[in-house]
Order: sequence, then C-alpha cells, then structure tokens
Amino acid sequence: MTGRLLETLKARFPDDVLQTHAFRGDETVLLKKEALLKAAVFLKDELGFDFLMDLTAADYLPREPRFELVCHFYSSKHNYRLRLKCPVAGADARVDSLTPLWAGANWFEREAYDMYGIKFDGHPDLRRILMYDGFEGHPLRKDYPLKKRQPRTPHRE
Amino acid sequence: MNTKNTETPKNWSLEALEDGRMVLNMGPSHPAMHGIVRVLLTVQGERVIDSDVEIGYLHRGFEKTCENVTYNQCVPYTDRLNYVSPFINNVGFALAVEKLMGLETPPRCWYIRVIMSELSRLTDHLTCIGANAMELAAFTVYFYLINAREALYRLTDSAAGGRVTPAYTRVGGLTRDLPADFKRDTAEVFKTVRRNLDDADKLLTRNRIFYDRLHNIGRISKEDAVSLSFTGPALRSTGVGLDVRRTAPYLVYDRFDFDIPVGSNGDNYDRYLVRMEEMKQSMRIVEQALAQLPDGPVNHPDFNVTLPPKEDVYGNIEALMAHFKLTFEGVKPPKGEVYQAVEGGNGELGFYIVSDGTGRPWRVRVRAPCFALTGGLSQMIKGGYIADIISTFGQINMIGGELER
Repeated sequence: MTGRLLETLKARFPDDVLQTHAFRGDETVLLKKEALLKAAVFLKDELGFDFLMDLTAADYLPREPRFELVCHFYSSKHNYRLRLKCPVAGADARVDSLTPLWAGANWFEREAYDMYGIKFDGHPDLRRILMYDGFEGHPLRKDYPLKKRQPRTPHRE
Repeated sequence: MNTKNTETPKNWSLEALEDGRMVLNMGPSHPAMHGIVRVLLTVQGERVIDSDVEIGYLHRGFEKTCENVTYNQCVPYTDRLNYVSPFINNVGFALAVEKLMGLETPPRCWYIRVIMSELSRLTDHLTCIGANAMELAAFTVYFYLINAREALYRLTDSAAGGRVTPAYTRVGGLTRDLPADFKRDTAEVFKTVRRNLDDADKLLTRNRIFYDRLHNIGRISKEDAVSLSFTGPALRSTGVGLDVRRTAPYLVYDRFDFDIPVGSNGDNYDRYLVRMEEMKQSMRIVEQALAQLPDGPVNHPDFNVTLPPKEDVYGNIEALMAHFKLTFEGVKPPKGEVYQAVEGGNGELGFYIVSDGTGRPWRVRVRAPCFALTGGLSQMIKGGYIADIISTFGQINMIGGELER
C-alpha cells in the first residue's frame, strides 16, 4: 500500500496537492489550505480515516507562508496513518475548522490557536485553552521570546 | 481591616439562572480535581446540564523549552509529562528521535525499554485505580495499591536511579544497564503487586457501593469516543480494541504473548476492569521479556550518538572530542519530521518532532492522550449527578503534567 495512498490523493486533488513525501515511512501530504476541509471529508468518508489523532501547527519564521497546520490521521480499519499539512500565511492566519468532522478537533484547534494564533473558521468556541485570557501574544511562535514573563499580578516591591 | 469589599469576581459566584438552574464552580482547588482543573457546571438540582472544563493551571511550556535545548536535554523534561509513568515518555521520545535519525539500538536495549515501559504502565494504572477508589471513599484500597506502586518505584529506582523522574533513556540507548539482580527483585516485587491487586480486586470489583458508583456512569458510545480522539483504556472500554503495542508494534512487542482487554459498555466500571486486566497483562509481558532478555551492550556503538566510555574520554583524543561535541552540540538528526506513537498509560502518546539539521529540535509536539480525554469530559458528565463527576474524572486519569505540558 506504500505510496498508493499518496497517489490516490494526488489523483483526487491534482490542483491542491503541493507536495508529497514519505520520510522514514511517515506518509505526508502538503495541501493548499483551501482544500483542507474537502480533503478531510474525503479521507474520513471514503478512505476510512476515522481518527484525528493529532492536530497542531509549526512555525517556520523567516519562511513565508510562515505556519504549517499539521494533522495526523489514523484509520483503525486499515491500520494506516497519514500526515496532512497545510501552509498558512502569517498575515491573517486562518484555516477551516475540522470540528464538524471530529469533535476531538475542538480542543486541538483551541490549543493551536492559543499557541500560534491561527484562527479556525467554523470553530464553535475558539478561545485560549492553556494560557489565560488577557495573555498577550502566542508563546510557541518563534518570535515570542523564551524568557518573556507576563505575570498576572505585578510583582510586589 | 476593610470588609466593605464584598464583591466577588463574576465567575466565582454561585449564579442563579432562570428556571432553577445554577452555575457552580468546581475546582481548581477541589480535592478531586487534582488541583489543576476547573469545571464550571450548570446544574439543575443535582444534575449536570452543561459544563465547561477549564485547564491551563500547570502549563509549563514544555514544547517551547524543548525547542531551545539539545535532544538529550529534553529527556528529563519528558519525565514530567506523565509523571506516574515516566519511562513510557522517555521511551517514546527516544524512539521518535531515533526514528528521525534512522538509528537502531542494540537488542538488549529494546527489551529493557519494554520492561521499563510495562512497569510504568503498572504504576500508572495502580495510581489511577487507587486514587479513584480513595476519592470514592475506599481508602484502604488506596494503601494496598500505593504499597504495590511503591515496591515498583523501588524496583525501577534500582535501575534508573530516580523514583519519579528517572530520565532513563538517551538517544541511542539508556543511561545504564539493569542492576545484576534485577530479575530476582522483579519476581519478589511482582509477588507483592499480585497480592495487593488481589486484595483490591476482592475489595472493589464486586463491591456493591463501588459498582453502583461506577456502573453506567460516564458512559460514552463507540462513535463518540472515536470522534473525540479517545485512545487507551477509555477507548477500549467502549469495545474498540486499539492498542499501539498491537497495531504498530514498536521495540519488541510483537515477540510477546499478551491480550488487549476490551470492555463493552463504555462506562467507568469497564474502564476500571480494563485497567485491572491490563496490569496482569503487563506483568506477563515483563516476565516474558526478562526470560528472553539477551546479553550485550545497551547503547548504540557510534560515538556521534552516545557518549563514549569514560576510559576512552580520558585515554584518547577522538573519544574526548566526541564527548565534548555531544555534550555541547548534541546529536544532530537530519532535516525532516517524524511522528512516533507509543502506548502510554492513558492511550496513544505521540511525539511529533521536526528537525532542521541542528542539535536542537525545531519543533517538539506531544500528543498527550489525556488531552483528548479531558476534552471529552464535558460530554461524559452531562446529564449525570455532580457526585458522579468524581468517578468519571478519576477514570479518565487526567495527569496534569501531560495534559498541559
């Protein structure tokens, strides 16, 4: 089956698949972000990928598009995994939410939003999850300083 | 003293809504919420109508920290993810980096990693069931199970040199080999564990009070569990027999004979039974692994990966240079990205690592099993009694370190 999945996706979405690779056996598809939702529907309904194992993002700062949305899908029927990535531009970073398809995407997307500031269109309740309300910035962005402190109450003299 | 200021912050008050509903705050300093999770409940009488689970009280920036240290310096941080089963985190991280580097460790290392992972699974389940029983007022069971856990901690301590934070693995191997009489000690400890498990089994499994507090509570259907990305005992309790040790056998899990217990009802009682059985299976795996344990080195021979022996460091210049470079610059995986899943105590523990070719990871992402589980908590407690939150939350086995990283 190695390679067949990637070929299927390339054949199905010829205009949207930007790149595929299988580094160390992890099959990966790089997809235009506009096609994320329809590709996810295709994966879930027709290829049997029933689990959204993980959803996160990564920041490749000097590069543009700056962010990458990274989803790991798992099919329990075929015992197969697939990584789907979408480049997301730094200015007005937003992608479609996967919550209509997987309820588990809710918290994963909230975390990606909290850590990277990527907005998810169609998410029912997009707010910070690990950081508190009023926190400024998004800590996992590469331009967020490692040692920056934002205490909730000012230090006493 | 100024007592005039009686106004409390809005979300800390008991707010009465129309038609008898009430907003009730539970946690974060509620004893059963482990001090780090806050649940805002909308209740009608004793029934939970709606809830909002709020986390983030233990966020330490694990992922950000890892981006700024070398790969081996991440290992002690991984201890603090799921701190009741630290070896599984160590092994998962080491396997991910080794996969990134395309590296294979010696066979003895595989077996030791399996043994330590399974001992960790035991401590994880013992803590979960013990604490859960205690929260439901079965305090005696807690002491039996914590006694067993302590015996296991002493055993793993003898190998790794750390009780809760062992940092046992390194990229390409382990910090040290097992001590000489580890096999004998394990047999002794397992006698204690089996005795304590039997005690707990007799006290809990057919105990009317315990059964009523767990049976049909926190139920979740197979479809919902899959949709919510549940893994581990919580998923298996619904009847889906998925286990990374079986679906994608890493290390040498394909060489052992063990069963994956599954439930049928998807409730707390099934989760309890699944965990009880998994502990027996873990002991089976450890016994088989110890019987098959091959001799030989535990570390990869390449000095670009593992530290050379001290005699060489002090004896020749090549080993000294390798030692220096490895300590300061760390291992350097090639450019690329991998995802490695291992079966943690609570489910699939995944490490997604992106390397840019330097000694520090560009991105480390932990797919924590109880993050998805806690995300499903709202759904599991909906419609139940307030008191049932305790048993459901306990059987989710939320571990703050891994939930919030």
